[in-house]
Amino acid sequence: MAEKNKENIFFRNVNENPCNMCMPMGGILALKGIEQSMVIVHGSQGCSTYMRRHIAEHFNEPVDVGSSSLNEKGTIYGGEKNLRQALDNIRKVYHPALIGIVTTCLAETIGEDIERITGQYLIDNEMEEFPIVTASTPGYGGSHFEGYFFTLKRILMQLTEAAEKNNKINIIIPNISPADIREIKRMLALMQIEYVLYPDFSDTLDRPFAKPYTKMSNGGTKITEIRSMGGAAATIQMGITIEDGISPGKYLEEEFGVPLYNIAIPMGVESTDAFINTLVEITGKKVPESIKQERGRLLDGMIDSHKYNFQGRSVIFGEPEMVYGVTKICAENGVFPAVVATGSQIGKFNQLVTAAVAECPEESKILIETDFSHILAASKEGKVNIAIGPSDGRYLTEKGDIPLVRLGFPIHDRVGGQRLLSVGYTGTMMLLDRITNTLLENKYKSYRSSMYEEFYQQG
Amino acid sequence: MAEDLTGSITERDEFIVTKGKNKKQLKCDTDSSAGCVSQRACVYCGARVVLNPITDAIHLVHGPIGCATYTWDIRGSLSSGAELYRNSFSTDLKEQDIIFGGAKKLSAAIDGLVEKYQAKLVFVYSTCIVGVIGDDLEAICSAASRRHNIEVIPVESSGFIGNKSAGYRAAGDALLRLIKPSESAVIEKNNSINYLGDFNLAGEAWIIHNYLRQMGVELNVTFTGDSHYTALKSAPKAKLNIIQCAGSMIYLAGKMEELYQIPYIQISFLGIEDTAASLRNIAAALGEESMIVKAEELIAKETARVDSIIKGYRAKLEGKKAAIFVGGGFKAISLIKQFREIGIDVVMIGTQTGRKEEYEIMNELVDDGTVILDDANPAELERFMMEKGANLLVGGVKERPLAYKLGIAFIDHNHDRKHPLSGFEGAVNFAEEVYSTVCSPVWKSLNALGMESGVANHG
Ligand code: SF4
Repeated sequence: MAEKNKENIFFRNVNENPCNMCMPMGGILALKGIEQSMVIVHGSQGCSTYMRRHIAEHFNEPVDVGSSSLNEKGTIYGGEKNLRQALDNIRKVYHPALIGIVTTCLAETIGEDIERITGQYLIDNEMEEFPIVTASTPGYGGSHFEGYFFTLKRILMQLTEAAEKNNKINIIIPNISPADIREIKRMLALMQIEYVLYPDFSDTLDRPFAKPYTKMSNGGTKITEIRSMGGAAATIQMGITIEDGISPGKYLEEEFGVPLYNIAIPMGVESTDAFINTLVEITGKKVPESIKQERGRLLDGMIDSHKYNFQGRSVIFGEPEMVYGVTKICAENGVFPAVVATGSQIGKFNQLVTAAVAECPEESKILIETDFSHILAASKEGKVNIAIGPSDGRYLTEKGDIPLVRLGFPIHDRVGGQRLLSVGYTGTMMLLDRITNTLLENKYKSYRSSMYEEFYQQG
Repeated sequence: MAEDLTGSITERDEFIVTKGKNKKQLKCDTDSSAGCVSQRACVYCGARVVLNPITDAIHLVHGPIGCATYTWDIRGSLSSGAELYRNSFSTDLKEQDIIFGGAKKLSAAIDGLVEKYQAKLVFVYSTCIVGVIGDDLEAICSAASRRHNIEVIPVESSGFIGNKSAGYRAAGDALLRLIKPSESAVIEKNNSINYLGDFNLAGEAWIIHNYLRQMGVELNVTFTGDSHYTALKSAPKAKLNIIQCAGSMIYLAGKMEELYQIPYIQISFLGIEDTAASLRNIAAALGEESMIVKAEELIAKETARVDSIIKGYRAKLEGKKAAIFVGGGFKAISLIKQFREIGIDVVMIGTQTGRKEEYEIMNELVDDGTVILDDANPAELERFMMEKGANLLVGGVKERPLAYKLGIAFIDHNHDRKHPLSGFEGAVNFAEEVYSTVCSPVWKSLNALGMESGVANHG
């Protein structure tokens, strides 16, 4: 079924209310997780401003991103001058330790060779050692999801060297919330595991209030750590849906022989078990009692809510990796994933989701590279009663009366997107409670009237 | 080039003046400098924000997906009828389309949408790359227009052809095409007025409609808040144009004067002083005695109603200092006066797209020592707010987190706010919002642990 659907959507001429963003957006997010880094978006002014606004709204943090502000001249004669000026100005004001340059539709279409330009820039300024990372991320080339992982891979390609073997584990983090990242760090600390978390925007995009204000925030993966990721004992990549071509973990494996464990985001019992088991397998460490307790508490909570959850029919949408994680939680708890959708085009997604929902009593509808008008139609058809995903899903609430559990990126119509905790045993429990309670709220809200309508005067 | 890491960007010097200190002219209305982290958006954005409130139009973005995603339902513009404008349609161009051109896809997209939504009006916005790959928007649109016998209007808004102001102009051109009567039609003038530059954010245009109604002034059509195809078509009939947001509408007003002999006056409904003056000016311009009398009655009644409320807030706010960074110049000017009404002095003022004449007025209105700046960036905003000891900032979404991180209060003057700021009602809302943020207990907490708070500190 999914295949046929995919075909329809590949040949559609219009996207009605998008369920994804463009590549450079993902690039910015990835780079925001690197210590003392700044990003320049090579293109016209608008792209960077839009992305900043989106990111700022979700995280409630200042998001300074430069633009090469290409104008007509730059578009016709090439943007080298603008890009160089942007580099000068960003260095002057921010003194970054690393600059990432992501391209846009415009820069790519006019064929900017950013690698050559930045290479020459470094030579001219006698600063060959300074890390400038370039990533080609045309907005028409893929979604922000691919832009995110691809940029992570580009950073490795340009920074990571053959390093001495060490005991650390590389943990490659997808686009989850800062609270999620902190939870993963907490679990790693409980297991007493040494790691490099890559990227780490848990502080940079969720920094504590402090005086005086600094233009650059502390935190992020250290550049020295990135350089030595090639010497790690293993890589755990929470990127089960991504293709090898954009996989940072795959790159480390092929280039430096670091064994890769590609797993799903630890959401739900099975996926969190997989994470913990992988850590055990790599390090030989024991699972601490406190983590076992957390797992037990999750199971206990799942039993408490299982009957309520059985009444749930969900539509899950957003970035492939997050959608897969949530699908696992829904399937584990009897919330039937009636529609599973992503705006990105990821080949593996279909197969993975199909496996995740294999034991559900009905067949799920899987939508790839889709938009919200298709998601709404499928949701109505699938008699969905709960939506789980980013804020734009409010369209489903408005048009289809489907209550929305906000999760993922971006959440721009509520506060606290950066604080939502949904990973690990503890986070899963919190997300599951949000799902169950939304189902209950909706049921209590309407059961009097719906029973009345259905049965009064009939018997 | 030698490395200069002093932190100031010299090319920005001309865009910043301090009243009383330097005599030089402020530079404005040019492209943003690369790497300056401008707060501005692009040409497409300018066009989109102006046209989007037209409720029964299909707004189709011809370009890659990001541009459409980031501007989906971007404004808090309300509608009394159609909801079509709240969708974001995009041709979602992909690599293939960039290589072979997007013309076919665009035609098919228009066909599909017109059929599905039965619209009478389609706007097709061009984005960055459309200008580069050379799709002939004009030809595609006029062919579609003939095919469906409806209006399909191209909006030439490629991102790199200028700054946001160029987008206003592109929108103006599109509107001129829309309102142009057919060759044979005779324009029958009536006594009504058009209201330009109100986008009905949170029902603001409705508030003004009510005032005008009470004065016996007939409102013909609003550009573009809660407007629709048929109403806009009648625009040439009006006797007078009043303009609220000058940045976006002065061009259109000038053209309408030239083409349809409709004179215009600039008005402002921000703050009690400007609202009262504007109502008087409208009555005077229309020259009917009864309107002048009714305007005075309305002003007296409303002022009496809100005066004591405003005075109450004033007592709490007296002596605080405000910084302003908003989109347009006219709004900035009104804000200076509005702040005065509640006892607050402006110490820093800037805009994204202000014009020379507007900056001159600002310069006259503010006290010596006030910093005036065009197209500012976060570093400059931070520097001057700190230097001048501002207690609060007025701005949009991107500026908010910066203010908060500095421990400074903040007022939203952004596109998607949910409370009206126009007229007497708006003046009360404004004062209340200023009070709610400047006098919030939250700032007290910052003093714990020995942290200073911006507000408490200067207060
Ligand atoms: S889709 Fe392309 S032009 Fe649009 S915002 Fe993204 S990079 Fe910029």
